[in-house]
Amino acid sequence: MNKEDFPILKNIIYLDSAATSQKPRQVIEVIKNYYETQNANIHRGLYKLSQEATDAYNESKKTVAKFINASKQEIIYTRNTTESINLLSHTIKPLLKGKEIVLTELEHHSNLVPWQQFCKEFGFELKFIPLNEDFTLDYKEAELLINEKTALVSMTHVSNALGTIVDVKKIIELAKNHKAITIIDAAQSIPHRKIDVRDLDVDFLAFSGHKMLGPTGIGVLYGKKELLEQLPPFNFGGDMINEVTFQNATWNKIPEKFEAGTPNIAGAIGLAKAINYLEKIGMDKIEEKEKTLTKYAFEKLKKIEGIRIYTPKDSAGIISFNIEGIHSHDIATILDSKNICIRAGHHCTMPLMTKLKIPGTARASFYFYNTEEDVDALIKGLEEVKKVFK
Amino acid sequence: MIESMYREHILDLYKNPRNYGNLESFTNATHLYNASCGDDLTIRMIIENDIVKEIKFTGKGCALCMASASLMTSKVKGMKKNEILKINSEESISLLKIPISPARMKCVLLPLEAIHKAIGG
Repeated sequence: MNKEDFPILKNIIYLDSAATSQKPRQVIEVIKNYYETQNANIHRGLYKLSQEATDAYNESKKTVAKFINASKQEIIYTRNTTESINLLSHTIKPLLKGKEIVLTELEHHSNLVPWQQFCKEFGFELKFIPLNEDFTLDYKEAELLINEKTALVSMTHVSNALGTIVDVKKIIELAKNHKAITIIDAAQSIPHRKIDVRDLDVDFLAFSGHKMLGPTGIGVLYGKKELLEQLPPFNFGGDMINEVTFQNATWNKIPEKFEAGTPNIAGAIGLAKAINYLEKIGMDKIEEKEKTLTKYAFEKLKKIEGIRIYTPKDSAGIISFNIEGIHSHDIATILDSKNICIRAGHHCTMPLMTKLKIPGTARASFYFYNTEEDVDALIKGLEEVKKVFK
Repeated sequence: MIESMYREHILDLYKNPRNYGNLESFTNATHLYNASCGDDLTIRMIIENDIVKEIKFTGKGCALCMASASLMTSKVKGMKKNEILKINSEESISLLKIPISPARMKCVLLPLEAIHKAIGG
């Protein structure tokens, strides 16, 4: 689907979109065009060019807000998902009642390490919703773990390491029953499926632009307006202030309160274009296409002798596996010689790998631009890997 | 070029590692873990009069790391401590007799690092 829009895909079989997606020429063009015709600092200049840049930046926020059914004030631009979560771990304390933070065993280090540090600093305790044998979450255990002591539940929507889809709605409901704050790490879900923050009733949602066709260096934090207003600022400096004297300062309104300094204007414009592109295809279509492709890959991979798959059956877009007797890095290196790009290693989920008692996995991840031919090439490549090691 | 990284002798060392196993008693040991790829290596050795009399390794890792561990342990057996400490990265890599891509350097150099650490370098 639309492969011809992605210049880089001419020469490679790219199966690492969970790490970062490739960019369509439309997104590349709009960034180039911004620097060639619109570049100026925003919210400051009194000249037309600055106004144009400001308008483009504001328009980008509207696009993002509409995409997830939020309002423009609720969209904060960050560098990436990691920074969005760090923004929260540094500011969220005033909202928390209770002394426990609940995560899942699936978390990427970016939604784990910030909360470890938070717990150490403020004397909170970390709890983890465990995995079942089939790599799905244990929702029964979640019901016990989330209780009146729970201050915050922060969870991945789709596991970057295994592809497990978390029933975030169910967990949010449990959290709401105990008035706990909720955060979704949507880095791996928002590129692939429709997300509606109102429908989910989630308090905060974090994601990156670069996994959804946008450029690197632009990420998003969504927060409910009434909650964002209660948070202190994250960074201090220009743009986030209202009035400054030599001794004091007052803060700008949201979301500017959280965006100190000149933002990534070109990144914002690129992200908006990426969203336009995704919407033009339709998120439902994207989800459907990837589901079919993942199923196709799953069936083919399953037949490889000695393979062990670490992905639940209904995953969409990610398949994690090992082949008996072959280290995942050896698999990736040999596939690379056939111009097939996959990821191998611990996927920034070391505790999860330790729990599974493996050093890492090989991971193939798909996007709508991947085809059955790409999967066939992977399978053929894996057969050759086996031949080398036989 | 990449496939030449997986030549017969490398794969043979991976499947039939040399000096693999435990030492009941030893004078020096170290355990290193390469977090980025999960290579896990333990080296144990008996040093007498500054000479490595016996050396064994255990662990799990990719083909390149395991092959390098076999070659490095064979190389240093019988060598003097101060000579071992002089072995540099290039020398360790050259033992494999294959081109190593930058992404895999860490795997190949883990055994040398572990040996140096075990003898207190």
